[in-house]
Amino acid sequence: MRVSPGLPSASLTVKLMRALTAALLLAALAGCAAPTPWVKPFEREHFADPIMSFNRDPVSSTYLQHVFETREGARGATGSVGGGCGCN
Amino acid sequence: MQLTGEARCAHTRRQARLSPFTRTLLTLGAITAPALAGVLPEDRADVLWHTYNGGDITIEGPSVLVRKKVGDNLSLSANYYEDMISSASIDVKLSASPYHETRRQESLGADYLHGKSTYSAGFITSKEPDYKANTTYFAVSQDMFGDLTTLTLGYRRGWDRIYEDRKDSQTQQIVTDTIFYNGRPATADHRGYSLSLSQILTRNAILGFNYELLTDQGYLANPYRKIRYLSPGQGAGFTLADQVYPNTRTSYAASAQLKYYLPYRAALTGQYRYFHDTWGILAHTVELDYTHPVGKHWIFDGTLRYYRQGAADFYSDLFPRANYQNFMARDRELAAFHSYTVGAGASYQFQVSGVPWISKSSANVRVDHLLVDYSDFRNALLAGTYGAGNEPLYKLNANIFQVFVSIWF
Repeated sequence: MRVSPGLPSASLTVKLMRALTAALLLAALAGCAAPTPWVKPFEREHFADPIMSFNRDPVSSTYLQHVFETREGARGATGSVGGGCGCN
Repeated sequence: MQLTGEARCAHTRRQARLSPFTRTLLTLGAITAPALAGVLPEDRADVLWHTYNGGDITIEGPSVLVRKKVGDNLSLSANYYEDMISSASIDVKLSASPYHETRRQESLGADYLHGKSTYSAGFITSKEPDYKANTTYFAVSQDMFGDLTTLTLGYRRGWDRIYEDRKDSQTQQIVTDTIFYNGRPATADHRGYSLSLSQILTRNAILGFNYELLTDQGYLANPYRKIRYLSPGQGAGFTLADQVYPNTRTSYAASAQLKYYLPYRAALTGQYRYFHDTWGILAHTVELDYTHPVGKHWIFDGTLRYYRQGAADFYSDLFPRANYQNFMARDRELAAFHSYTVGAGASYQFQVSGVPWISKSSANVRVDHLLVDYSDFRNALLAGTYGAGNEPLYKLNANIFQVFVSIWF
């Protein structure tokens, strides 16, 4: 049996960057006519609670991911995302 | 069982080691994750001690993470991380000898806030006797739609140099050799592109989405691990040989996280990640987390995690013969397996009297138990008893312990 793992094509990267650029442009355009926030700032107090953070203790969660990814073939897309809570 | 001469004395060091680029990703998680668009992370310092014990491997060491604002728009961060590894794993026993080594990693990062945008950049360096890695990264976050949505785009680039440690047969000293790959010293280059989105759905629910594309090029194999192929009538019935990896890899991962605030002040999080790559690995990760505060001082956490992956196209526990394929590997990270993790943590928050510049503090402990059940990785050490290819499947049980103190200032 011969196996030939696919090569990362340059075109794939280019396509991805184009898609990201398009997403940014769409987001920027959408920002010109942003919808009214359906969760008002004064309704977001729960997102200011530390227990609602996706990554409450980065030093700990980073270590634990390190343990998993040492032993697994999968990688990436584990980073916590921004809160966007507007709580300040 | 036959061993190649070099393998007989080589120190199999990379058993418990994370691929350098993955390390980088994780470090980025520590440094950049708290960075929210439109608001800089809190000033904070954490000192952690970690211990991993399983599969005859012990890894422990400190991690120190400090964040500090400089003015109203700039936040700086620094991390020092250390792994002290003592390994006599199944891989080491098969093709090398037990070893001890230390890996040290340092990183610096900066987040600059401008309006509703945050620009992040940083540098990470990792050193161990036989591997050196440097990485830079850049990310932009933008709050939008009344701050209900945060979009983050990231890019990173890494450069590695790979060496091989071996025990000199005459002096019995460990020497570090340059690995030559395609006639040049072995290197590996990495690129990563990421997109993250967080979206407030209701006053109690927030959704996170992450997509990441990673590419590697260069020497990607573990120089210490070996494949084995059938050789009836010789030793235990198999022979060890060097692995042959492709020199490129591209992976795609997408994950979603949904976090919900329960009516009695507790939080429930569900996560799923889909992964596949050009090596043929397909993986799924599902995780459930529950956070429950008790009184003013205590927060308790519980975690259940399930992970499942298929094998890489060029992986085999036992190849039929030598040079069977153009690419051949027996790294168990590329095998088919599933794993379960059960974890619990406790955090006690307190005020430090007499130190006015510390606004709050916490003492934390966390314990996790990991069980890995391999579907096509056998305990080759038992080949003499069961015969090559008929050994029991290998299982890994590990306990992971963390204790850390955090202060906010």
